[in-house]
Amino acid sequence: MSRQTPSKTGPYTAGRRQAVRASDLTQAMGFLFLGACIAFALFFLGTILYFVIVRGAPAISWEFLTSVPRRAMTQGGVAPAIVGTFYLTLGAIAFALPLGLACAIYLTEYSPKTILVNIIRLSIANLAGIPSIVFGLFGFAVFVKVFGFGVSILSGSLTLGIMALPGIIAASQEAIMAVPQSYKEASLALGATHWQTIARVVLPSSLPGILTGVILNVGRVAGETAAILFTAATFYTRGYPDSIFSEVMALPYHIYALMTEGTHPESQTLIAYGSSLILLSLVLAVSALAIILRQRQRRVYGS
Amino acid sequence: MDRDVKISALNVNFYYGSTLTLKSISLEILRKRVTALIGPSGCGKSTFIRLLNRMNDLVPGARVEGQILLDGFDIYHPRTDVVSLRRRVGMVFQKPNPFPKSIFDNLAYGLTIGGVRDKQFIENKIIDSLKKAALYNEVKDRLHDNALMLSGGQQQRLCIARCLVVEPEVILFDEPAASLDPISTRKIEELILELKDEYTIVIVTHNMQQAARVSDFTAFMYLGELIEYGDTERIFTVPKEKMTEEYLSGKFG
Repeated sequence: MSRQTPSKTGPYTAGRRQAVRASDLTQAMGFLFLGACIAFALFFLGTILYFVIVRGAPAISWEFLTSVPRRAMTQGGVAPAIVGTFYLTLGAIAFALPLGLACAIYLTEYSPKTILVNIIRLSIANLAGIPSIVFGLFGFAVFVKVFGFGVSILSGSLTLGIMALPGIIAASQEAIMAVPQSYKEASLALGATHWQTIARVVLPSSLPGILTGVILNVGRVAGETAAILFTAATFYTRGYPDSIFSEVMALPYHIYALMTEGTHPESQTLIAYGSSLILLSLVLAVSALAIILRQRQRRVYGS
Repeated sequence: MDRDVKISALNVNFYYGSTLTLKSISLEILRKRVTALIGPSGCGKSTFIRLLNRMNDLVPGARVEGQILLDGFDIYHPRTDVVSLRRRVGMVFQKPNPFPKSIFDNLAYGLTIGGVRDKQFIENKIIDSLKKAALYNEVKDRLHDNALMLSGGQQQRLCIARCLVVEPEVILFDEPAASLDPISTRKIEELILELKDEYTIVIVTHNMQQAARVSDFTAFMYLGELIEYGDTERIFTVPKEKMTEEYLSGKFG
């Protein structure tokens, strides 16, 4: 952030001291308008953070993070939900990363420029626009019922993975295309095959960009509720999942359940805010990781 | 045969889409000599040099007609193995393009992709090539630093060393000094003069003086046609074609 704020001195200040001309006025109004928009957007971000932190912080304790819910979810902790979210997210990435990367490599490096391939590209882009509840229904019909995985970590991970796929493909494609042509030429001119060039020059150079895209999608997937509603999540488990066929608690669904069911709204609301704070922290931590990776990439590859 | 031909082009046409960008080029490149291709921008000299290691294969819509023979074998024959062709015909590009890896890894690349595993062999080869490229003394203590930390001139000599590691027979230089300062340029030129004892060298340049300084033979191209080809000294002193004379005297280009 710090490097993006060039100082507004020199010709600008000199101009302002002179008589105000019409163009200066337009300029000033423009700045004011844009500034107001940013302030407005930041206001909402700030408010969300403020509410979640103020209301959630009292619920947070070591016990909250490490123990199972007790007394019809009015006391105790959310540890199984944290663990469940972790497994679901990990499973989604384990499924979507190799698949997405392979698709991106094919689309950028191997696919011929035909109408069919354009349709494929368009379809992938459209996949990103499908409402998550529809993915949830699809996951239920296919993974839970047809494949017989049941309501489980596996079904949920696959559903979330499909949701993350378009984002991962798009980010990987972008990262791969950003690799300078000169690196590829250097490799080919030394007698490398196309695949050697991809595996040893293109992918290593684009890895930070790919990881950034993956991590941002991880954040999105971790907070997803609708997609796991029918495929993985359960209202309450006594302990921790013991296999990929276990149903699990997950933070987003836990929040939903606390706010819509049960008979002790007040103590449940506190736990819901506490869970929100944990979820938010997880997602922000993951995004921070993405930013750090991107900065490191810029340092290594210039620009 | 007193002319020891390494590469010969026979009536080479090159189409980019439907545009004919090289028109019936025929030219013989002699073994262990430096051949310079000169001409104004867009004359096709870079296109031509990129045909010699089939780098233009990457260009969509590109089509080649005619024959280019390397030691008598057609490099555009369907059964030609492009990978081994490119190991025989190395290339140094206009902008230094080291990989964003260590100096050592840049140099080892050509060997490891070829399946060489012997560490001692790789190291010897790398040191050899760095010495040939007159870079060894500058980098011997920091072989594991990132290659992008080097200056532009050093990067270009690294690229030359990287090319030498795979022991090519021919080295193509595509305006190798175009982005370098005069001192780095001179180093590259000295290097080319040293390398010609061992390698057949083709260099594209739009710097006429550079062609005069480093080359034995010069080909002048204009708008996709080979206008004149011959001894560098003769071309620069008594050009046969009026167009060559006008270009060399700065009337156009």
